[in-house]
Amino acid sequence: MSGVQGRVVAALTLRATMGRKRAFLFAIPPLVLVLVTVALRLAHPERAAWPVDILGVFGLSVVLPLTALIIGTSVLGAEIDDGSIVHLLATPVSRPLVIGVKYAVAAVLTMVFVAVPELLAGLIATGGATKLAVGLFAGALAGSLMYNAVFVMISALTTRAIAVGLLYALIWEGVLANLVPGARLLSIGQYSLGIANSIAHNAGLNAALSLSTAVVMGLLVTAAALVIAARRLASFSLKGEPA
Amino acid sequence: MTTIELSHVSRWYGNVVAINDITMSIGPGVTGLLGPNGAGKSTLLHLAAGFLPPSRGELTVDGRPSWHNPGIYRAVGLVPERDSVYAFLTGEAFVRATAQLQRLPDPAAATRRAIGIVEMADAKDRRISTYSKGMRQRIKVAAALVHDPAVLLLDEPFNGMDPRQRLHMMDLLHRLGEQGRTILFSSHILEEVERLSGTIQVIVAGRLAASGDFRAIRRLMTSRPHVFVVRTSDDRRLGAALIGRPAVTGVEVTGRGLQVRASDYGAFSRELAVLAKDQGIRLRELLPADESLESVFAYLVET
Repeated sequence: MSGVQGRVVAALTLRATMGRKRAFLFAIPPLVLVLVTVALRLAHPERAAWPVDILGVFGLSVVLPLTALIIGTSVLGAEIDDGSIVHLLATPVSRPLVIGVKYAVAAVLTMVFVAVPELLAGLIATGGATKLAVGLFAGALAGSLMYNAVFVMISALTTRAIAVGLLYALIWEGVLANLVPGARLLSIGQYSLGIANSIAHNAGLNAALSLSTAVVMGLLVTAAALVIAARRLASFSLKGEPA
Repeated sequence: MTTIELSHVSRWYGNVVAINDITMSIGPGVTGLLGPNGAGKSTLLHLAAGFLPPSRGELTVDGRPSWHNPGIYRAVGLVPERDSVYAFLTGEAFVRATAQLQRLPDPAAATRRAIGIVEMADAKDRRISTYSKGMRQRIKVAAALVHDPAVLLLDEPFNGMDPRQRLHMMDLLHRLGEQGRTILFSSHILEEVERLSGTIQVIVAGRLAASGDFRAIRRLMTSRPHVFVVRTSDDRRLGAALIGRPAVTGVEVTGRGLQVRASDYGAFSRELAVLAKDQGIRLRELLPADESLESVFAYLVET
């Protein structure tokens, strides 16, 4: 079995990702999210509209994609950038296994750094395990799974993964998906919102997609991204003479 | 017996040809891949290591194509040129991780053995980030050797090493070659290849310029025509005398002295001083004009 290989890839990925100073970057947005929530909660003890804005718009549409972007592009992209991936790939380890394990590490890290704080903020904001808090938690978990597949794929395809990922998150999801209704069908942010809204039933989330559309599209995009990433890694090549 | 076989292999990037129709067979023992920077040595090693597909032609290791075939890494170890390792690991952890990725039955024993071969046991518990260049190179070799591969590929293994580390690495590669492994390493330094390998492959501008026994190629290199620049008290008169000698094939009067082309290096160097003395001409300066490695390689390509 390839259990040993999987464990080694996971351990290397985790240490390479968390060992860098970048790891502090992961922690800042969720910390801001929780702190802002606590501050707002103290300022507005009464029920108001703000939990949807801060948790839905800021939490799900800003903190989640940006944190997933940093993590998702680190797990594979950092090793490709510095060339250490060669030591991993110069062994008979299966390429789909490398992608699968790195993706799993990224998804779990994103859940820990975003979905859990999102739940925590939801509990604080709404004063308990409300539909909104649980719905947003579910949306964040699903988003962690979907975003990371795409960002791992992007880092297998290009060395400018962070720039490309940022363009996707800001331009496609942030602008186009708001202006062009058709673009929402290809927006992971909308899948996450659709899943969150199926539990929360809150018009303030502005979810455009139904649960079934969000789940089916999310699964398709995730699977396609991982297959493309594994194929691309199997064709990983070293450039000729170093300049 | 494991061989690396190239059959009419070419590799290009856009319009740039990095490897041009190379056919060669590399068998057990140490083989040096010699050529100036940018000649295509790294490209060839990457092709052999399965980290680059040939644009044309066929490349096999042990009879199997190396591209899209991770299975070959059970028989192949690669020491890349780039000094990029998991620097946060200790030397031992790095080698052991490789042993586990190879799914060796006893990774701990294999790790000990590989670290022993490169004589890094004393430093194995230190982080790689604290290693010197030579130690990093050795730990990379240990990782590449941990599964006891029949083929070892090394890209510029002596780069950045001090003379002592260099000797140690040469000795190591020599021993590995004597054990019957197929060792292929690249270098742009003549002396490294000369000391280490009986067989060399010279690559210039993507082409195989010379191939075979080192001594034969060395002779070819020293017997090539040499160009000298001579400054004297009377360039024209010496030039006239020199052109009468069989060892000299050309003389040109230039602003910076006489440019002399000699077909026989030894005869020319013996005759020059005698000739000048007989003519009563003073020699002020004698400089070899084309001693760069590139010109040596260029000559090999022409012949």
